[in-house]
Amino acid sequence: MSGEQVNVVWLGSPTFPKAAHEALQDTQLRGNLKHATTTIRDKRLRAVAELDDWETLRLAGSQIKDRVMRHLDEYLLQLEASVTAAGGVVHWAEDAREANRIVAELVRAKGATEVVKIKSMATQEIGLNEALDEEGIEATETDLAELIVQLNDDRPSHILVPAIHRNRTEIRDIFRREMGKHGVPAPQDLTDEPRVLAEAARVHLREKFLRATVAISGANFACADTGTVGVVESEGNGRMCLTLPETLITVMGLEKVLPSFSDLEVFLQLLPRSSTAERMNPYTSLWTGVTPGDGPQEFHLILLDNGRTKTLADTEGRSALHCIRCSACLNVCPVYERTGGRSYGSVYPGPIGAVLTPQLVGVGTSEHADSLPFASTLCGACYDACPVRIDIPEMLVHLRAKVVDSHRGGVPKPEALAMKGAQVVFGSPRRLAMAERLGAVGGRIIGIGGGRWLPGPAKKWTGARDVPVPAKESFRTWWRKAGRG
Amino acid sequence: MSEAKDRILARVRSALRDVPRDERAQDVEVTRDYVDSHATGDVADLFVERVEDYRATVVRATEADAPAEIARILAEHAVANLVVPPGFPDALVARYQGSRLSDDPPLTPVELDASDGVITLAARGIALTGTIVLDAGPGQGRRALSLVPDLHLCVLRASQVAADVPVAVRALTPSRPTTFISGPSATSDIELDRVEGVHGPRTLIVVLISG
Repeated sequence: MSGEQVNVVWLGSPTFPKAAHEALQDTQLRGNLKHATTTIRDKRLRAVAELDDWETLRLAGSQIKDRVMRHLDEYLLQLEASVTAAGGVVHWAEDAREANRIVAELVRAKGATEVVKIKSMATQEIGLNEALDEEGIEATETDLAELIVQLNDDRPSHILVPAIHRNRTEIRDIFRREMGKHGVPAPQDLTDEPRVLAEAARVHLREKFLRATVAISGANFACADTGTVGVVESEGNGRMCLTLPETLITVMGLEKVLPSFSDLEVFLQLLPRSSTAERMNPYTSLWTGVTPGDGPQEFHLILLDNGRTKTLADTEGRSALHCIRCSACLNVCPVYERTGGRSYGSVYPGPIGAVLTPQLVGVGTSEHADSLPFASTLCGACYDACPVRIDIPEMLVHLRAKVVDSHRGGVPKPEALAMKGAQVVFGSPRRLAMAERLGAVGGRIIGIGGGRWLPGPAKKWTGARDVPVPAKESFRTWWRKAGRG
Repeated sequence: MSEAKDRILARVRSALRDVPRDERAQDVEVTRDYVDSHATGDVADLFVERVEDYRATVVRATEADAPAEIARILAEHAVANLVVPPGFPDALVARYQGSRLSDDPPLTPVELDASDGVITLAARGIALTGTIVLDAGPGQGRRALSLVPDLHLCVLRASQVAADVPVAVRALTPSRPTTFISGPSATSDIELDRVEGVHGPRTLIVVLISG
């Protein structure tokens, strides 16, 4: 087994129902989220509709990922060989701690005390910034949304747009208050116009880009055959980090490897349209090892496990590793739209987070992670939107079963009890009829109180959901009365 | 380091026990029934339309009037200090009146930042997505040149424009540092509203030379 994993989930996170309950009271958050997800949903549909072979591309994307996962060991070795041949150095990290240690040592060897960073899920997952901070190294996030989150000492709430929970006025206030503490301050007359806010970020960060000697990035893909690594972005902060410093350190999840450079022809069509809903994102950088006279002259690629091999071992959960982090599933999810990303208590929120998080940390190891597969209505919108056809609903059901199984032997979970009870009741028409009559009586009682909660073990269920008041008579009773029995 | 590698690979192999031993990677089916190009009509026209969709400017010119068009654009944007990469054709900037910054010896990031703009060639264009592709070839310069200055004027020949992404990707040389540029730098991080102009050049102008 791998070592202890940290930071996929935020320590001390409450279970999803509890966190969601609080998030739902926040009307500002709900307004921001509804506006943002609705906008991006419509845009994505238009971008996807432009390609009449979209389903064929999705299928190819999913098959390529399937091929990678089934032969991951071969592709990783091939990638290591081609990156090394191109002048890069490959490191292997079993868990977060090991990856953080490697990065810190590389930074220290360069004598640097500050680094610039490209937004990356992998480095967030391993809590790199906090780990570097403990080593006296200041890491500055350079993606606009990550900068907003970092300046406010906040937590991200979306894979693509981590500050989706903040509106323009909140962002202006954060910039005014915090920028000066970390470098070039925001201008006094800063307005909340997005253009003006982006300009403030440009000025604040440019000084850091021009000075930086070490940059840290993630990777969207790495081609095993050529050793080419790619980063897809919009703002140009990525290019700054990938181009100006002398040393580049890239932290990449094992699963990001692609068999061949030519596979980019599939993913460069799938990713931008699913993610920012554009025909193409503004900037895509591809680099292969080190190029004399152009860009960093030292390149380190850290291959990160941190729970991925555990996920790989579950044949039904394996395809969660196909994820290309586009975030389309978040934007279409009715649960995400209402609760926001922070309720998931994980670096990976939304539908993909609900299947990835418990697998990365291990089912049955954390009450919080175990609650995530239940954070879904199983409506299937995520599966339809996924550019690599990850069947998230089916995987959620699979993981729910695993969560229930993992609690067998101890005190049974309410879900298990409920299912047991249902089995008994539905197993006999007589018992079902009796249950329905009881339900009708219970319905009247619930109705009288005006309350919508249930006592006992069912309290947990109703803590996150309103109980529909049962009908005053059952379908069977009505059927009989209507003289059709 | 190698211990971690061995342990990770061992875990990968044990996780993949369900994969038959004699299965080769290429045995896993990948159906490549997608089209090579979605483009219809004239490729150059489509390229112009799609680049302009990103609020970049495209100027079409013939070989003969390109130098005058380039000089006009640079004057219009008050470019007095222009970065000219090694290998950029002299003839194309012959009419430009301002001073030129050579990258040999290499300009520092601060010097690049102090310039008014950069002019480059490109390796390729992609019509459907309105993309220009730079691969640090002659006349394009190293990657920092097309990044740090606030204005990027890119000169491309219509014959270099590929119809769509698959065709363009197949023509790339993987070992070269490659940058796909689709419009000026942009962000959608504030309320998912697109704002052009963050860290990369805020002004992107493409001169498309016909023929």
